[in-house]
Amino acid sequence: MNKRLINWLSWSSILILAVFIVMFLSLCIGSVKVSLSQIFNPSDRIIKEILFKIRLPRIILGFAVGGALAIAGVILQGLFRNPLVEPYTLGISGGAGVFVCLNIVLKIYQKFGVITFPISGFVGAGLVIILVYILSIKKGKLRIQGLLLTGVMISFISSSLIMLIMAMTKAENLHGIVFWIMGSLEEPNIFLVKMTLLVSILGLLISCIFSLDLNAFSCGEKEAHHLGVDVEKTKKLLFILASVLTGVCVSVAGIIGFVGLLVPHLMRMLVGEDHRILLLSSYLCGAGFLIFSDTLARTIISPLELPVGVITGIIGGSLFIYVLTKRGR
Amino acid sequence: MLETKSLVCGYDNFLLKGISFKVNFSELVGIIGPNGSGKTTLIRAITKLVRPKEGKIIYQGKDITKLSFKELAKEIAVVSQDAYFPDMVKVKDFVLLGRIPHFKKFQFLETNKDLEIVEEVMKLTGILEIKDRFLKETSGGERQLVLIARALAQEPKLLLLDEPTAYLDITHKIKILDLIRKLNKKYSLTVLIVLHDLNLASQYCDRLILLKEGKIYKIGTPSEVLTYQIIEEVYQTVVIVKENPFNFRPYVFLVSEEEMKRRRKDEKKRINSDLYR
Repeated sequence: MNKRLINWLSWSSILILAVFIVMFLSLCIGSVKVSLSQIFNPSDRIIKEILFKIRLPRIILGFAVGGALAIAGVILQGLFRNPLVEPYTLGISGGAGVFVCLNIVLKIYQKFGVITFPISGFVGAGLVIILVYILSIKKGKLRIQGLLLTGVMISFISSSLIMLIMAMTKAENLHGIVFWIMGSLEEPNIFLVKMTLLVSILGLLISCIFSLDLNAFSCGEKEAHHLGVDVEKTKKLLFILASVLTGVCVSVAGIIGFVGLLVPHLMRMLVGEDHRILLLSSYLCGAGFLIFSDTLARTIISPLELPVGVITGIIGGSLFIYVLTKRGR
Repeated sequence: MLETKSLVCGYDNFLLKGISFKVNFSELVGIIGPNGSGKTTLIRAITKLVRPKEGKIIYQGKDITKLSFKELAKEIAVVSQDAYFPDMVKVKDFVLLGRIPHFKKFQFLETNKDLEIVEEVMKLTGILEIKDRFLKETSGGERQLVLIARALAQEPKLLLLDEPTAYLDITHKIKILDLIRKLNKKYSLTVLIVLHDLNLASQYCDRLILLKEGKIYKIGTPSEVLTYQIIEEVYQTVVIVKENPFNFRPYVFLVSEEEMKRRRKDEKKRINSDLYR
């Protein structure tokens, strides 16, 4: 059998195993300690409630959001050929954030239901991707250098806009925005949790179909064209996919930065640059990483809770600076 | 094999203005001309990177606009100057990218046949020893060979090259052009190559297409195209053309314009006329 396939299969199984371990760990740990045997055979009604009503949805959301953000990162890095690009550093999360905020303030969700949250997230994310792409293209060529700067500036503008919205809004909305913007995996609406999981897994499958095209993109758009890839069509589809993934994640979990940077970076070192394995492994690793970070966030200063974005931000931001300085040399 | 019929195309500021030529099977044809004469645009038109505004490009009896990108990539491979080399990809994996057009829909993994072809083209291009190296650890000359290997992995019938020897030292220039000629003679691969160096073009190509300001100025064998009258007219510079004593093809000497002004005009005519008596 193909040597490469064996290598890939073993990496996938290790990662799947790791995700399961983190999941069980996260189920057990918390303000109420639960032993492993109780998970499979919960006798107490309260423990059952804690496990399946509070912790499990959170874990599922962590899985879906972590995975989705990680592959959104991989897709964007592939398209822009820059390992530092991801939904957060490009300002895409910020754009989605502004639109979700608008949704909360204008109370659109009260008229059309919670489904408007992911939709407004997607619209914001899509607009920013288009904006970043147009700004970074000059004379038909992608200027990779200016890209990150543009992205960071858009992030600044978005957070200012969010603050503006917060300053102008009534106190009753403020609570909703603050609660959401901190980046938490606590989502009381089970429908949104299910939908995020569905979108995230579909996103993984669709992106895998494009894994060979992404490989071709690694040597440039014109080269991808020479290798028989319909560049314009593929690019559009992948941009839409990345905005859907980011938009949905931001709308349910707030702005969680750097997962799409940290995870693919680690995976590139472990499994290599081939997108056929990079996408799947990043998804799994991102899922595991976010569940882990969230467990840390809700236990580290228990009974208080940290926003999970704080943990990913500290780890991811440091890595970003490290990679940036190393590349400059 | 390949035919363009009064091709008009290009970007807003620059156009190819009615290009018609034919490339026959197993021919090695060079495209030469000054900077901005449309050489690269011509290559891009053939690979459908730019759309023709008028005229047609016929490949083996078929209009290329009717072929899908994938079908085209199975037939025509390109070694362009636009390539970007991802640092952390191994040479063998980069060459494997050339198999992508041959992958079936929803095919995920390369077959043994794909791997055999990759091995073979790496042997052919002489990069088998460096196949496990990362691209960042390769030199400019090696990268050009890797790029050619990737193009060959597409199993093309027509190979297009856009200045494959630019920025290379003479060792690698000769190595790469020898390789291309070997592919052309031994495997009957049809080659269309853009070259800046007139002497290399003269030495390696069966026929030359000389472009000037988006038009074909002259088309023919090297000795038909590379005369001092034609070169001076197209490049607006003074040259002396002599016969290469090794292969009897024309050899172009560049002459300092300042120096030429100081000497008498007829002296140059005398030197040039040795060849075309």
